[in-house]
Amino acid sequence: MQGTTTDEYQTNSPQEVEAAAEHEEHEDYRMFGVVLFLIAESFIFLGMFVAFVIYRSVVPVWPPEGTPELELLLPGINTIILVSSSFVMHRGQSAIKNNDTSGLRVWFAITAVMGAIFLAGQLYEYSNLEFGLTTNLFTSSFFVLTGFHGLHVTVGLLLIFFVLIRSQQPGHYSSESYFGVEASELYWHFVDVVWVILFGLVYLL
Amino acid sequence: MTTQTEVSTGAQPPEPEVEKQRTWRDYFTFNTDHKVIGIQYLVTSFIFYLIGGALAGVMRTELATPNPNFVQPEFYNRLFTMHGTIMIFLWIIPAGAGFANYLIPLMIGAKDMAFPRLNAVAFWIIPIGGLLLLGSFFVGAPQAGWTSYPPLSLLTGKAGEELWILSVLLLGTSSILGAINFVTTIWKMRVPSMGWNDMPLLCWSMLATSGLILIGTPVLAAAMILLSFDLIVGTTFFNPTGGGDPIVYQHMFWFYSHPAVYIMILPFFGIISEVLPVHARKPIFAYRAIAYSNLAISFLGLLVWAHHMFTSGTPGWLRMFFMATTMLIAVPTGIKVFSWCATLWGGKISLNSSMLFGMGFISAFLIGGLSGVMVASVPFDIHVHDTYFIVAHLHYVLFGGSVLGLFAGIYHWFPKMTGHMLNETWGRIHFALTFIGLNLTFLPMHELGLLGMNRRIALYDAEFQLLNLVCTAGSYLLAVSTIPFLVNAIWSWIRGRQASGNPWKALTLEWQTSSPPAIENFDEEPVLWSGPYDYGIDVLSADSEESVEELLSEVQADVR
Amino acid sequence: MRKTVNTSSRITILLTGIAATLFSLWYGQNNGLLPVAASEDASQVDGIFSLMMTVATGLFLLIQGALLFSAIKFRRRKGDETDGPPIAGNVPLEIAWTAIPTVMVLLISVYSFDVYNTMGGLDREASQDPGPQKVSYRSGQHPGSELLAFDPGQKYLALGVGASPQQKEEPEEPLPVEVNGIQYAWIFTYPDTGVVSGELHLPVGRQIDLKITAGDVLHAFWLPEFRLKQDAVPGRETQLRFEPNRVGEYSVVCAELCGAYHGVMKTTLHVQTPEEYEHWSQEQQIAQADKLENSVAATPNSRSASEFLAPYAERMGVESQTLEQLKASPTASASN
Repeated sequence: MQGTTTDEYQTNSPQEVEAAAEHEEHEDYRMFGVVLFLIAESFIFLGMFVAFVIYRSVVPVWPPEGTPELELLLPGINTIILVSSSFVMHRGQSAIKNNDTSGLRVWFAITAVMGAIFLAGQLYEYSNLEFGLTTNLFTSSFFVLTGFHGLHVTVGLLLIFFVLIRSQQPGHYSSESYFGVEASELYWHFVDVVWVILFGLVYLL
Repeated sequence: MTTQTEVSTGAQPPEPEVEKQRTWRDYFTFNTDHKVIGIQYLVTSFIFYLIGGALAGVMRTELATPNPNFVQPEFYNRLFTMHGTIMIFLWIIPAGAGFANYLIPLMIGAKDMAFPRLNAVAFWIIPIGGLLLLGSFFVGAPQAGWTSYPPLSLLTGKAGEELWILSVLLLGTSSILGAINFVTTIWKMRVPSMGWNDMPLLCWSMLATSGLILIGTPVLAAAMILLSFDLIVGTTFFNPTGGGDPIVYQHMFWFYSHPAVYIMILPFFGIISEVLPVHARKPIFAYRAIAYSNLAISFLGLLVWAHHMFTSGTPGWLRMFFMATTMLIAVPTGIKVFSWCATLWGGKISLNSSMLFGMGFISAFLIGGLSGVMVASVPFDIHVHDTYFIVAHLHYVLFGGSVLGLFAGIYHWFPKMTGHMLNETWGRIHFALTFIGLNLTFLPMHELGLLGMNRRIALYDAEFQLLNLVCTAGSYLLAVSTIPFLVNAIWSWIRGRQASGNPWKALTLEWQTSSPPAIENFDEEPVLWSGPYDYGIDVLSADSEESVEELLSEVQADVR
Repeated sequence: MRKTVNTSSRITILLTGIAATLFSLWYGQNNGLLPVAASEDASQVDGIFSLMMTVATGLFLLIQGALLFSAIKFRRRKGDETDGPPIAGNVPLEIAWTAIPTVMVLLISVYSFDVYNTMGGLDREASQDPGPQKVSYRSGQHPGSELLAFDPGQKYLALGVGASPQQKEEPEEPLPVEVNGIQYAWIFTYPDTGVVSGELHLPVGRQIDLKITAGDVLHAFWLPEFRLKQDAVPGRETQLRFEPNRVGEYSVVCAELCGAYHGVMKTTLHVQTPEEYEHWSQEQQIAQADKLENSVAATPNSRSASEFLAPYAERMGVESQTLEQLKASPTASASN
């Protein structure tokens, strides 16, 4: 036998695999998988960013005539909220590394609130814009990029809620086993980095 | 999906210790065993191969005469769109994933893939995506080609095009999930004594393939999402009437779809590298060169996409850059072909079905590779781009390469997968029909393209008819060639001769277990007692009198 | 392995090699696979093809020969259960088959580069991508309702094959022709004379400058006998510059999938003597002046696609149904 680390993975019963996934008693390949997944995800964004940059550089007038100026204050505040939420979230992981489940819950809850504020701000911005999705190439890009990112923030929020619910179960997360915490945090950082690039490209450039 | 999970939960008592046997029902459930999934992949993709082949048959029938008298031109466009999409996304890519799923855990001595449930999810997306794609026939199938270039794709029927997009997105997702699994499994789960350079070459090629999938497929997804917006909502990312740029789509599409060519061929490079040494009884020639050339191909493969756009909106200097990278990629590919030939040279070749398909692979892929170098040259490509020369080239690579490699793999591993031997005579008939049919169908297309026949047309000049008739005849031969295979496979699966654990006396780990392997692959952890291709070396230790010199002189005698 | 080969087989190998090389050289020059070359540039391209064909034939014979030879010579004899020799590699050989192909593809690249440059592919004007120029202007929320026409005063850089370095020296101005691809026809406008035609007439021995664009979807303008092809992209102008040197009738083919009747989208290129061309041009001018009150306005932009197609439809085999569709098609009409 190859040792207990991989055994949980090789079972055939879905329940057992699930059990293995929940209890993480093995060397963790899953973070490795999450990193690979995020590499793939980043290339979706990369593809869209590159398309945006190409439009920017080849279309003679950019943004096309008649595009109203984007307001910077609200998105700026939003950016600050989202970026700082990453640091807040990291404290949650530090807490669980010290077996402090309530700390994890508090920090993750704060992150979730900040994420929700970000999304609300985004929606507020949408509702106050003078242009629509199909007005011109710039506005289409604007909505698709921010919308696709917003979708990712939403997924990140769901992951955080998932961790919060799971953490109600005593002993589910511990300093030994915190895959869910780590994975959702990495995902959140990823979404964060994407936003910073997006903000730079769409709002500032 | 949930119901399937429940079904399989009910069907399988959760006691892995009890000696279990697979039943046929397992293959229709959400099963997490990589061997079940591998076979599910292979069988599903084979069904789609038959469908895609049938579409090609209709197309070739139409092209037997210059006028559109068998199907309407519009329907003809639907046919080749679906033919291309099915053959690429539902036959070759999943079939490669099927082999990799089945073999990689066995080859590296693992009990399963790293993420078995993810693996099953990745598989079950395939039939869903496939049915969605086929379903588009009921709402007006897409007719803008598998490349789906806007603006044409935005003007030829929303429903069919959107179904096509959704299906490609689904199949791409499946491919990405599979790639995550392969990389993690190969990277992390080898038996402790297996270093990087002890890995069977299929593992190397799947590593390279998965890298391409992880980097390329998401960009295709981005293109599909934007195209969807253009199609449904009326944005104009790729629509010039609103200021958009159709060339941007082409870049995004080919950034995936050229690597996709390597995604389709690399797994079969791996399979050929497994098959040849076993049946030639000789170590693979230049293991490291073959292994690392996978990585070189994979890296260069990401830098050549615009050679599909030499006549499109690509400025001259960019054409020159992509010509250079494309030419360079011939070097690692050439290394492989030469090494395979050197592997055969001086061996003791069993000309069984698997080996025949393996040698047929080298022979046909060579033609595709040579025409590939030709079309890399910009001035020449300007002439042949979008003509039947390209059709010939791509079919020599994908049919002569991937599909022959795939059959070599099936004849090689069928005993392992099913526990039964395939019938050799029928296998050889299958090879002869396929190989003759392949050359008959695709060789004349080179000349058609050079003379001036463009591709994707339902009607053509009468002067091209003779060669087209030859192609059509060849395609019928190809259609016939699947019959001996189907009969052979089904019959042998049920009542073929029992196969031993290692009928080919091969050295890779999958042959160290029973045929078919136990549910958890190995009864005890396999021991790596030799390199994957150390043929001839154990003979030395057995009869210690024979030295290398004497063995060499034997070869010399053979040469003379 | 090599050192064990004796003299007689060495001679055999040498002779086979020489024979294969000679055959490759002969076949590279005399394959007869390409149609006639109707311009100097086309002959240049054929030169590359000959070289590549020579190399390819050589490699083809080498590899297929090795495969066949192995299949016969090294096949396992009945009852022989032993393995082959444990040869796992040969570094000099591997270096050779890495280095030689590298040098070979570099040579082909340099040759192709040179030919492409001679053809005018790297002409500064033709080799830069100006981006989508015909940027349409959309008012309000109605997609594709208005298009800004090209600004005639502005000089655009086009994609495609431009003037070759020598041609630039020549004082003679090239004959400009505007090419517009629409589903499923090519429309040629001669800006010098205002002639509009569905077939392309060109004088032999004079430089031609085609400015290509498309009205609806992507097309590709292909002249097989000139080995030239360039996509016609709506919203972009592309360019082909060449000099026919052979009188005759050649085909003009659309090579980019453009819809159901993509296969019928072809016409004829007549390369004529200068006198014949002049004659044809005069005739057209008179005929068109008769038909239209104002021949100067006879640009394709003033007429819809279907109007244009009607005279050619019958000959090109376009069904009247298709023409009706064209009339109904919003993009076709919007862009004209």
